[in-house]
Amino acid sequence: MYDTIIIGAGMSGLAAGIRLAYYDQRVCVLERHYTIGGLNSFYRLRGRDYDVGLHAVTNFTPKGTKKGPFARLLRQLRFRWDDFTLAPQIGSAIRFPGLELQFNNDIGLLESQIAARFPHEKDRFQQLLRELVDYDDLQQEHFNMSARQVLSQTLRDPLLIEALLCPLMWYGNPCERDMAFGQFCIMFRSIFLEGFARPFRGVRPILRNLVKRFRSLGGELRLRSGVNQIVVQDGRAVGVVLDDGQQIEARRILSSAGYVETMRLCDDVSCVRTDQAGQLSFVESISILDKQPAELGYDRTIVFFNDSDRFHWQTPHEDLCDVRTGVICSPNNYAYDPSDGQLPDGVIRITALASFERWTSLAEEPYRLEKLHWYDRLAESAVRFMPDYRAHVIDTDMFTPSTIRRFTWHDNGAVYGAPEKRLDGTTHLENVFLCGTDQGFVGIIGSIVSGISIANQHCLKD
Amino acid sequence: MTPAAIRGEVLDILENIAPDEDLDSLQDDVSFREQLEMDSMDFLDIVMELRKRHRIQIPEEDYGQLASMASTVEYLTPLMKDI
Repeated sequence: MYDTIIIGAGMSGLAAGIRLAYYDQRVCVLERHYTIGGLNSFYRLRGRDYDVGLHAVTNFTPKGTKKGPFARLLRQLRFRWDDFTLAPQIGSAIRFPGLELQFNNDIGLLESQIAARFPHEKDRFQQLLRELVDYDDLQQEHFNMSARQVLSQTLRDPLLIEALLCPLMWYGNPCERDMAFGQFCIMFRSIFLEGFARPFRGVRPILRNLVKRFRSLGGELRLRSGVNQIVVQDGRAVGVVLDDGQQIEARRILSSAGYVETMRLCDDVSCVRTDQAGQLSFVESISILDKQPAELGYDRTIVFFNDSDRFHWQTPHEDLCDVRTGVICSPNNYAYDPSDGQLPDGVIRITALASFERWTSLAEEPYRLEKLHWYDRLAESAVRFMPDYRAHVIDTDMFTPSTIRRFTWHDNGAVYGAPEKRLDGTTHLENVFLCGTDQGFVGIIGSIVSGISIANQHCLKD
Repeated sequence: MTPAAIRGEVLDILENIAPDEDLDSLQDDVSFREQLEMDSMDFLDIVMELRKRHRIQIPEEDYGQLASMASTVEYLTPLMKDI
């Protein structure tokens, strides 16, 4: 009998596990996959290490910062700032036709870029900064407001509105077309007011720290242990049944599987509202280069591009992908510690919106061919906004919505969770709770904070 | 425990919660919130640590007593005198 069973060994599940194990609970984290990480996992291919999700750790704040999600997670999980070995970004940009807005981890740069490109919007942008809601003050009511509406009341220039929405939607908007104002505030803070960073060795050291800490506190982690069913008796969960039929009892369950996915597991729920699941999924091409990107004239950390004045954020239905907008990321372009040096290979990652339905309906051979085809289409689209790197590619990989579904088990291969967040983490069962992307924050630090706050609110106070 | 020993214990808990923090200059009469930017999650941690280490139960309505080092020591002194 466990005090708490946690479904999913991603960032949020492991973080919640640490909190509970630290306070002497018997905790077991159950993971279906053969490795940890969930949406932020890693793999090895042809002798090279790859990260799955990580472009940048958002919410980065410098050592000594006392406020914000990163400082909070360090205190809550008893880590030192140095344990995360984060190196700040060199500099990023939003690129539209005829427009570039640069930004880095100092909001001053974005302010001056906006003042230069949109002088008539300078004061109104300051007004927008004042209207942002702080993380802890976010209530459900803010979430229900339209970010586009709030922005159009504050700013006048539609191009500036589109340009600001582009990176914020790309890095965490689960809704199509518009964005909830609450999510807008979270993303604005995490990207523009805090910033980007990356550990030299990618996501691995972060996950290793979490697992090591969890285990050292007596927590149990079981891989290849998918939960098939949450057993409910008299309105309470009493335990789970694993894919292999094994039954495990627990006093409560904390699930990072997603809301719809968790409801499907509950044996008292007969009809699951699958339309409430997240919809937005991506393809990503990863190119290994024979040179550092900077040697090719590409020194940006992240570039968010869009090829018209209007930013389209929706699932493509007519085609497998929509390459009009995308994210270009180079893990080389961070200010790594000189003792670490530089990554051995040049890397360019390009992300685009993709249709889960279309990708998952392909048979094996067409799937393989479409991956090759869309690798080229992504590159073709991206080089309009960056130096052409294609002659320097020595190895490639590509993931699709099918890949995301296979490894995360999230409906529709959704990356940022359900459009409607369940901020309080509760479900119809008094001892089943949600953490992770469907609860609230996204991103690496966001999901860790999600696990921490739900563990604190619902699993520690008895 | 004497008030001095309790202060040491609370300091140890704070060190544990915020390992990057320099606590030598902590002022006993100024609130933790102000000096260390502590939030409600951190206060929960002080309570949980005291429970874990000494089996002391602090009801939620008393969390306000833990605002500063001085008020915390004063509040804990009767609760921890026999430990």
